[in-house]
Amino acid sequence: MTPFVELDRVSLRYGGDGGTLALDQTSLSLEQGEFAAVVGPSGCGKSSLMKLVTGLLPPTQGNIIVAGREVGGPLKIVGMAFQNPTMLPWRTTLRNVMLPLEIVQPHRSRLRQERAAYEARAKDLLRTVGLNGFEQKHPWMLSGGMQQRANLCRSLIHEPELLMLDEPFGALDAFTREELWQVMQDLWIERKFTCILVTHDLREAAFLADTIFVMSARPGRIIATHRVDLPRPRSLDDTYRPEFVSLVHAIRDQISQVRSEARAAEAGAPPVAKVA
Amino acid sequence: MAISTRITRRQMEMAIPWIVTIGIFVVWELVVVIGNIQSFVLPSPSAIAQAFVQFRGPIMGHAMFTLVNTLSGFGLGIVFGLLLGVAIGSSRLVYNGLYPVLIGFNSIPKVAIAPILVLWLGIGQAPAIATAFLICFFPIAVNVATGLATVEPEIEDVLRSLGASKLDILMKIGLPRSMPYFFASLKVAITLAFVGAVISETIASNEGIGFLMLQASSQFRIPLMFAGVVVIAVMGVVTYVFFAAIERRMTGWATRGQQGTQFATGS
Repeated sequence: MTPFVELDRVSLRYGGDGGTLALDQTSLSLEQGEFAAVVGPSGCGKSSLMKLVTGLLPPTQGNIIVAGREVGGPLKIVGMAFQNPTMLPWRTTLRNVMLPLEIVQPHRSRLRQERAAYEARAKDLLRTVGLNGFEQKHPWMLSGGMQQRANLCRSLIHEPELLMLDEPFGALDAFTREELWQVMQDLWIERKFTCILVTHDLREAAFLADTIFVMSARPGRIIATHRVDLPRPRSLDDTYRPEFVSLVHAIRDQISQVRSEARAAEAGAPPVAKVA
Repeated sequence: MAISTRITRRQMEMAIPWIVTIGIFVVWELVVVIGNIQSFVLPSPSAIAQAFVQFRGPIMGHAMFTLVNTLSGFGLGIVFGLLLGVAIGSSRLVYNGLYPVLIGFNSIPKVAIAPILVLWLGIGQAPAIATAFLICFFPIAVNVATGLATVEPEIEDVLRSLGASKLDILMKIGLPRSMPYFFASLKVAITLAFVGAVISETIASNEGIGFLMLQASSQFRIPLMFAGVVVIAVMGVVTYVFFAAIERRMTGWATRGQQGTQFATGS
């Protein structure tokens, strides 16, 4: 089976030849319907990776293939959600969620005639994330966790083949975060979209993902890939099981090692052997 | 108890502009009467009112002329300012190219431009409208551009990854986002438009409040001059209140403030 998302030795340099190298020879591949997480120390180019895959930024070197085609510009099949929910304050929650339908074809041209059907669809989605009754509220009347739920709905309403999540739960309190992990898992099990989650929460990565890619400090490279073979649906209790805990520990060790190497390199110490 | 205090507070908020305004006139009147100030130095409010009643016909005629000029210039300023703001706000190149020119242009006192406009456009209505326009488009353009610049890059990425065009992003996000800035600038721009219209009427016109004041001054009718000043001030306040009301209606989401209900976290 050919991979759905494939990065082949992709490098990204900001600001011309002398600029910062954000990503260095990164390769990874994802099957269709796979849930991948990318973890790494801060500033390792995780968000750059997202922009590359969605075509928002062109790579300096290497090839990116999504859905069998080389990425040459912004993709149109993507849903995105960021740490900042970026709900539009002048729209109600329902109309915020329906925003992608006003952009993406074929919904865009159908929206006017089939408004009721689309609204029902958006309301259904809001219900699955526990936001029924809040459709007509403006986002600033909602708590941060509720806004993030609405944000997830907005990223999924047009049924994208690829969902990109950039630390979507990063700004939430621990309880809300874990609740949304489950919401996310349920949505994924139901719809089986391909998903790339960028996070620095290792438990989150291990809970949600099939595959975890560990990145090195800047310039970012994939230094390890972990399969998470825990059965689905996973529960929060699973996160306390020994195999889960030892997986999280293994990744944490790798990341703290690359962080200390990065610090040593910055301090001008002789280079240490890289982790394979 | 708590409710009744809140109501009195609200009533206080409603009444305070009137109290302050009337208070100023009362103090003014007292200063003139007690200080025995001659009316050609500083006329008392009652003398100004008298002059207004006596010349209300011509004053209202001139006021209408000024109002029409102001609103015409203001209308042009809105259209041009909006277009310019969108151009500056959505393209870095246009921004870099035009900003120095605009800043330079805006630094020129419009009193200095009015004679040039008279040279080009003759006297009367045309230069008054042009001056009002030139003085008021700038804050509109700058504010719209600022509003567009405050669009979060994340939401732009979300839309671009859906295949949205630049026009889509402008219509769905940029313009609504800049509406509060736009309406705030209208309140500034309308008062500036009055300034522009009156300046031009003072320099070259046979009509308008500016002309009226110049005439009254040359005939030493100081109360009449002040009546003209008060009429401009009143028109300025009324149009300001009008646009402030539109602003509240259109962009209530931006001034949500304290009355917005906060729902609990979680489900």
